[in-house]
Amino acid sequence: MRIVGIGLLAALLAGCATTGGGKTAASQPAAPALPGGSPDAESAVSSTYRPWPGVPTVIANVTIYDGKGGRIDNGAVRFEAGRVVAIGQSVDTGGATVIDGRGKWVTPGIIDIHSHLGNYPSPGVPAHSNGNEATSPARPEVWSIHSVWPQDPGFSRALAGGVTVLHVLPGSANLFGGRGSTLKNVYGRTAQDMLMPAAPWSLKMACGENPKRVYGSKGQMPQTRMGNVAYMRQTWANARDYQARLKASKGPMKRDLQMETLAGVLDGKILVQNHCYRADEMANIIQLSHEFGYKVAAFHHAVEAYKIADLLKAEGICGALWADWWGFKLESYDGIEENLPFLHAAGGCAITHSDDADGIQRLNQETAKALADGRKWGLQIRDEEAWTWIAINPAKALGIADKVGSLEPGKQADVVLWNGNPLSVYSRPEKVWIDGALLYDTDDPKRRPVSDFELGQPGEGDRK
Amino acid sequence: MKRLLLLSTALALATGAAAQDRIAITGGKVITNAGAPIEGGTVLLNDGVVVGVQAGTSVPAGYTQVDATGKWVTPGVIAGISQIGSAEVAGDESANDQSARNAAGSAALMLDVALNPGETSIPVSRQEGVTAAIVGPSPGRTLFAGQGYVLSLAEGQTNALKPRAFQYVSYGERGAALAGGSRPSAWNELTNALEEAKRVQNGLAFPMRDQHMDLRVTRDDAEALTLVLRSAQPLLVRVDRASDIRQVLKLPSMYPGLRLVLVSANEGWMVADEIARAGVPVITLGMQNRPENFEELGATMSNVGRLVAAGVKVALGTPDLDASFQPRNLPHYAGNMVAQARLPGGVGLTWDQAFASISRAPAEIFGLSGHGVLRQGAQGDVVIWSGDPLELSTQAERVFIRGVPQTLESRQTKLARRYLPGRERGDLPEAYRR
Repeated sequence: MRIVGIGLLAALLAGCATTGGGKTAASQPAAPALPGGSPDAESAVSSTYRPWPGVPTVIANVTIYDGKGGRIDNGAVRFEAGRVVAIGQSVDTGGATVIDGRGKWVTPGIIDIHSHLGNYPSPGVPAHSNGNEATSPARPEVWSIHSVWPQDPGFSRALAGGVTVLHVLPGSANLFGGRGSTLKNVYGRTAQDMLMPAAPWSLKMACGENPKRVYGSKGQMPQTRMGNVAYMRQTWANARDYQARLKASKGPMKRDLQMETLAGVLDGKILVQNHCYRADEMANIIQLSHEFGYKVAAFHHAVEAYKIADLLKAEGICGALWADWWGFKLESYDGIEENLPFLHAAGGCAITHSDDADGIQRLNQETAKALADGRKWGLQIRDEEAWTWIAINPAKALGIADKVGSLEPGKQADVVLWNGNPLSVYSRPEKVWIDGALLYDTDDPKRRPVSDFELGQPGEGDRK
Repeated sequence: MKRLLLLSTALALATGAAAQDRIAITGGKVITNAGAPIEGGTVLLNDGVVVGVQAGTSVPAGYTQVDATGKWVTPGVIAGISQIGSAEVAGDESANDQSARNAAGSAALMLDVALNPGETSIPVSRQEGVTAAIVGPSPGRTLFAGQGYVLSLAEGQTNALKPRAFQYVSYGERGAALAGGSRPSAWNELTNALEEAKRVQNGLAFPMRDQHMDLRVTRDDAEALTLVLRSAQPLLVRVDRASDIRQVLKLPSMYPGLRLVLVSANEGWMVADEIARAGVPVITLGMQNRPENFEELGATMSNVGRLVAAGVKVALGTPDLDASFQPRNLPHYAGNMVAQARLPGGVGLTWDQAFASISRAPAEIFGLSGHGVLRQGAQGDVVIWSGDPLELSTQAERVFIRGVPQTLESRQTKLARRYLPGRERGDLPEAYRR
């Protein structure tokens, strides 16, 4: 997040977005229609993502963090036809390209649960500002996928940092920001070309300073934190009412795009990703979610998660956190470097997120910093355990843990080969495969994508 | 602003950096920044300065031994540019003195007036090994932001090490926006102000009652800029695009006393030879590798390496008040410069160059004699690290400033202690635990 003078307000807002989800591929059966004959909102956007070709590949003699907390020293992994097929001390190498991983590490691709790439692309000019539909506190009808510019140069930088899946969220100006979308980090001509098949949509929500500032400054509700909550409650009450009318309706009802998203949450099909910094506000939201019968998948930013780690654990809500962002606004004033390890040590679901086109390039480094800060206080957390913060944990909170987030037979072959210990400042991804296709190779400039925008510009194809 | 209250609180807290014993830090890997590292060496501190750096671990009589066996011992980190001490909470105007949109003055503004020794970013940065910082303002009403200071992060420090150390100006896109909307208007405003300063310097009365008088510059601003013209302060110019850098590089020949320093310079690598030939140093984050603005389409993390290879002196800093890039993480950014050198097609720094970019280089740019190195007579700002200071897993274990051991406590460590995992519900709420 950039906090620079006149850009301050915009920058603070950009730092909080809503989630949207990916839609199943067109070839898959459509989701069932909503009761009452309403058209199925889920079919509004279809993924056209198709994996790129790969070859059967084995990485051998390598240190593996499997993404769900396990480690294999001097191990091997095999993937082919887009899937991981074997992992262990050794695997069948028949018919495969074998890469000697001596001195190197293999991990599942990094998953960033909180990105604005495509919605706030580079260059960050006003014409590119597409992350906040700040025209009403409740805009659940907007979908981040419709703001994704697939030529954002930021995608290539994230790929060079080992990111294979990212969740693009609307911003945090609104209490209800809209739907978030899960993307495979593969350049396409359209946003739908990047949309991860069969990934649930999310609903981005926000509490705290941003919505009350944006609307309060216009003399509108919400102007206070109690206003935030009251507005949310009325909106959820409307959604419950809509849901009841839909169920009772004999014929087609007039479509309400706002309510379709909210009903999707109440039906458990759309996951709530909630921007919320302070412990007391997270507790407010938890009670509100009980009142209306939905579940928060993750609190994002949650700089005070460490204060209520027990509550988050009991509720099964993840904390998607920065390693050390702190003090840039009042609700981040109590941020501590130990937030991730403290939440993890309390048995909670800790996630390292970026919310930032720079931070997304180094989620391994952010994780390493936080891990070290936890160890400073005597917490025993193994390296491979900390890797769950950027692997299986974000996959769980995005509802895609059956597909990605760990190296296990049957899972999508999103794989990173690191040129050294990935928790070291000196290490970088050497190769990155997505669905088994080699899409980044540090040794081969032809395997480093250059977006349309950067063609013919200074530094085209440069080592960034 | 409720400064008075904050200041008095800060003064009350700023207790006793009392005179210390003589200290011998023994057995560590000593990075002197003035020669090869000394494995298992000893650093002697007395009366605030380094009185010896030597091989071996013998401790002279009268010295208190601090065992650093297996550790790294370095000069303290110096943040090349930062906002430490001038913005407690960036997003809250009442707690942020970085810029003044509605002020009458600009170049005349002295940021050290706002220096708050009680600001929490001071202990938060110090506990990670930052012992001094260059602190600059942000432009408000005009492209001239005013005068920045150099800060020692020592406990009990109430004044800046150097109060009015430099003048800061934004050129490029930001400067253009502030000057009316274009680069020509920014260049005009910049040079017009320097011309007014020249008149003041030449003893012409201000305001002058002739038709050439230009009221866009106040008397205070013009007087302040005479410091730049007579080499009493370097002029730091924030600029990124290669063509803008070329334009700004004309300033030293137009104004012979002007000592130019480029800030950010994300396309500096494209004109590295010209910057080197001009003998102009650069202070930059080093980490920008996206076309975040049109003025930095060529941004790459190889920028610093290419500049240094061309012979430019480069210090790392955090030019923007920015949550994602913080001064306390500068050692990691330096480490990233080392990593960049190891990538095919990448240009980065050696470890020694990287560490110098966060210690010796900023000290040299700002004339901080004895800072950024460990040798006899150097400033006694020393950090003992658990390992390689550029590595993510390393902690600053002991920090000495002017030979005085510093607390590594902060508001943030107190919060962490209060909420350590595994605690049970006690007899009283958390608010009673400290």
